[in-house]
Amino acid sequence: MRGVTNIVIAGLGGQGVLTASDIVADVALHAGLDVKKSELHGMSQRGGSIASDVRFGREVFSPMVPVGEANFLVVVEPDQVPVNAAVLSPSGIIVEPSQFPADKLRSKKSLNVALLGTLSRHLKFPEEAWIAAIKRRLPEKLVEVNLEAFALGRG
Amino acid sequence: MDESYSAVPASGTDATSLTNGVQQSSVELVSGNEAVALAAFDAGVSLGTGYPGTPSTEILEAFDSLGGRAQWAPNEKVALEVALGVSLAGARSIVTMKHVGLNVAADPLFTAAYLELPGALVVVSADDPGMASSQNEQDNRRYAVAAGVPMLEPSDSQEAYEFTLRAIEIAERWRKPVMLRMTTRVCHAKTVLRRGRAPSIPSPRAADFRRDIPARVMIPAYARPAHKRLRTALAQIAEWNETADVNRIVDGSPAMGIITSGISYQHVREAAPEASVLKLGMTYPLPFGLIRRFASTVERVFVIEEGDPYLAEAVCAAGIPVDAKTEMFRLGELNVGRVRRILAGDVSPEPQPLPGKPPALCPGCGHRSVFSSLKNLNCIVSGDIGCYTLAVLPPFEAVDSCVCMGASIGVGLGLRHALPPEQAKRVVSVIGDSTFFHSGITGLVEMAYNPPPTGHVVLVLDNGTTAMTGFQEHPGTGRTLDHSATAKASIEGLARAAGVRNVHVIDPTLDPAAFERLLKECLDKPELSVIVARRDCLLAARTIREYERMNARCN
Repeated sequence: MRGVTNIVIAGLGGQGVLTASDIVADVALHAGLDVKKSELHGMSQRGGSIASDVRFGREVFSPMVPVGEANFLVVVEPDQVPVNAAVLSPSGIIVEPSQFPADKLRSKKSLNVALLGTLSRHLKFPEEAWIAAIKRRLPEKLVEVNLEAFALGRG
Repeated sequence: MDESYSAVPASGTDATSLTNGVQQSSVELVSGNEAVALAAFDAGVSLGTGYPGTPSTEILEAFDSLGGRAQWAPNEKVALEVALGVSLAGARSIVTMKHVGLNVAADPLFTAAYLELPGALVVVSADDPGMASSQNEQDNRRYAVAAGVPMLEPSDSQEAYEFTLRAIEIAERWRKPVMLRMTTRVCHAKTVLRRGRAPSIPSPRAADFRRDIPARVMIPAYARPAHKRLRTALAQIAEWNETADVNRIVDGSPAMGIITSGISYQHVREAAPEASVLKLGMTYPLPFGLIRRFASTVERVFVIEEGDPYLAEAVCAAGIPVDAKTEMFRLGELNVGRVRRILAGDVSPEPQPLPGKPPALCPGCGHRSVFSSLKNLNCIVSGDIGCYTLAVLPPFEAVDSCVCMGASIGVGLGLRHALPPEQAKRVVSVIGDSTFFHSGITGLVEMAYNPPPTGHVVLVLDNGTTAMTGFQEHPGTGRTLDHSATAKASIEGLARAAGVRNVHVIDPTLDPAAFERLLKECLDKPELSVIVARRDCLLAARTIREYERMNARCN
C-alpha cells in the first residue's frame, strides 16, 4: 500500500519479538502516524515461531502485512528467515544478528532491541525518538542495557 | 516507504473532551481487547466476568488493571448467568469468552434474550477464524440469529471502544442482551484509539431489585408473550439500524460495491481502494433497506466476509442479488491477498506458508513424565483442552482424542463401555486443573453413576494455573482474578464426594517410576481411580510462590 511502511519482526517465543514490535509501533505513534500492529497469540508461549507485523503511515487499513509487501524483515532467530521470506517485498531488506557485532552484547536478551538499532538506520525517525520509546516501553531496570544494545545495533 | 513522516503533527493529542465522565485527550495504541475493557470501565460496568480463552482473555485482565471489578468464573455458562443476575439487579455487566465458550453459555443466552433486563448485558464472543489457538472455527454470527440477540462487529480498536458503549446503550434501550462479536485480529491487533471521539452514553443507574415476574420467570405461560416481545424488539432494532451511525458508506466507484463487516472491512479498503463500500457495524438484525439502497447505486455488489457466508446468504434471501466468495475462502482467515483473489475470481490453489517451529511442552514441564508413562503403558488417551494437548506431537504422540473442554472424561467412559476389555483397560482420561473445574466435574459424577465394567482412570494434571491461555487463576488455585486469596476448591475432595474410592495425589516429577507404577496399578484393577498429578507449571511456579507469600502477609 502506498505511503505505508511494513515491518515484520520474527523469532521464537520468549525472544522479545512482541517487545520489539511494541517499541517500533510506539516510535511511529509518537511521530503522529497511524499505526497498526498484529500477531497471533497463544501457542507461541510454548517456544513456537512468532512473527509480529507493524505497519505505519498516514492511514493504515489491514493490521497484517500482505505477502510480498514487507519493507523490512527483522529476525531475532536467523533460522526464521526461510519461514518468513515470502512476506518480504522484492526490494525488502532483511535485518539479522550477523549485521552487527552481536557477540559484544552485554545480555543476549537484548538482541531484539539491538536489531531495532540496525533497523533504525533504515528509517527516518530521529535517534532520540527510539531512545524515548525504549524508555517508555521497558521496565526501568532494563533500560540501560537495552539502550546500550540499541547503540551497538545502530553502530 | 512513507516519505512524509515530518509532514504529520509530531505528537498525537486531540482537543480535550469529556466522554462518559472521563477526561480523555490522549491518543493510545491499544488492542481491541483493551479497548473493550476501557469502554466497559468508562461506562461504569459494575461487573466483568468470563472464562479465559484465546483471543478473549485480555479483556477482563485489562478491566481489572483499570480498577474494574473482574472475575474468572469456572466456565462461560456460570459467567453468563452471573452477568445476567447483575443486569437483573439494574447494573451493567459484561461477559467475555472465546467462540467455543459461547457453546457452553448458549443455554442461558437463548432464554436471557426473552427476559426484560434493566441493566445492560454485553456478551463478548471472540471468534478465531483460522484457528490460531482453537479446536474449531465456528462462526458465532450464527448464534446472534439463533438466539435473537442483536450483534455489533467492530473492525479495529476505535470501534471496539465505541461499539462496546453502543452495545450498552442498545441493551438498556431495548432491555435485551447484546453480542459484541470480535475476531482474533480485532482482539489482538493494536490500533489507534481516541477515546475523546466516542459519543457519550447515559450514566448507569443504581442497582435496585424491582419484582417483574412475567418478564423474568420463563415458564411457558410467560415465555410465549416474552418471545413475541423479543421479536417486536428485534424489529424495532432493525428499523433503528437502518439509519444508525454504526454502519457507514465509503463512496467510491459505481462499478463495484462491496458489503462487508469486522476485520474484513480493513482488508477490503486495502485490496480494493477504488470500490464503494457499505460497512455494516450491526450485523444482526440487518438493515435490509440500507443494503438495498446501497446495492442500487452500484453496478455489481460483492459480499466480503470471513468464515461462513452469513451476510451473503441473508442478503440473497432478502432478494438482493450479490456475488460472494467461493467455498475455499470459508476456511481460514482473510487477508488483503485473499480478498484480492476473491474479487478477481481467482480460485487457483493458494501458496501455503511454510510451517514454523511448532510449539512443544516446555523442557522440564511436569506433563512430560506423565506422557512418557502413558506412552510406556500403551494407554489409549482421551485428551482435553490445554497445554497437555501438545503431547499429541512427537516425541510423545500420546493423545488419541481432543474435542472440547471436559470431553476427556465422557469420551473416555464411552470408549471403556464399548471397547473389548483388553483395550478398554488401557483407556485413560487426561484433563488439566482449570479444565476440570470448567467441565470435568459432571464427567466424574457420570463416571461414579454409570461405571464401565473395567473401571476407569482419570488423570488430572494439576499445574496450579490455567497455563495455555497465559496463567489465569481458577477455583482450584485459591486466588481470584487479581490473585488475592479466596476459597480453594479441592480436586481430590470433589472426586471423593462424587463417589470415587481410589483417589491419589502425586508429584509425577519427583519419582517418575513411582508415578508409572501407580498408574499401572490403577489400570490393572476394574475400579474407578482418580490420580491428581500435582506439579506447579514451570513457567508460573515463581509467580505462584510470590502470590502465596503476598497473600500470607495479608492474612
